[in-house]
Amino acid sequence: MAESKRAVKRPLSPHLGIYRPQINMVVSIVHRLTGAALYVGTILLAAWLIAAAMGEQAFATVSALFAHPLGRLVLVGYSWALIHHMLGGIRHLIWDTGRCLAPRAADALAWLTIIGSLGLTAALWAAGISLRGGL
Amino acid sequence: MGQRTPLAKVRGLGSAKGGTDHFWMQRATAVANIALVGFLIWLLFTLAGADYATVKRTLGMPWVAIPLLLLVLSGTLHMRLGMQTIIEDYLHAEGPKVAALLLNSFFAILIGFTCAFAVLKLTFGG
Repeated sequence: MAESKRAVKRPLSPHLGIYRPQINMVVSIVHRLTGAALYVGTILLAAWLIAAAMGEQAFATVSALFAHPLGRLVLVGYSWALIHHMLGGIRHLIWDTGRCLAPRAADALAWLTIIGSLGLTAALWAAGISLRGGL
Repeated sequence: MGQRTPLAKVRGLGSAKGGTDHFWMQRATAVANIALVGFLIWLLFTLAGADYATVKRTLGMPWVAIPLLLLVLSGTLHMRLGMQTIIEDYLHAEGPKVAALLLNSFFAILIGFTCAFAVLKLTFGG
């Protein structure tokens, strides 16, 4: 197999460092970051499920971890990452059909992803808090 | 056919035998995940703050356990493909790349089997 070792230092096309951030590019980077975060975060779901399967004591321990302010912060972040990645993914599925690829439409989708993910996350937690009367 | 190696001619398959499989699987699981993750969010929302007995009973119900198992399958397939792309984008040295790709598969399978085991135990474990 060919190993990619560059013998000669050739000029490369301009990369992230030289571009002014554009919203489309920001959402693309965030999509990858949230994907990676969700990947690691599956440990949370696995821990919760396996604790529930192990018994009441294990479940209480994991629940206490999630109820801790830091645990809550992680859960809020995780829920936002999940919703952002989902909306960003729907954006990619729309692109796959050949639609919304023009700059203005693509930018609109990027903004919808950001605003939608923040709005839905806030709504989800607000609804949860109001239903339960606290965090 | 002139460009192909003798071994490839014998096997009669393409270069990587993968074709559009990675792309298509990523999309197929993405579509499935929209519904399944939506279900998970709703489930966690309704179970937030519930006591252990309720959580245990709910997770063992067929209409909860089956979508959960489907999510575990679709989710771990999707995340494995996604992380594979990230690794292939940034790790170019052959050794570390192959090691990372292996670890990626192991992690996805470990998470998948752990979650599936837990759901099945809650369903059948009594």
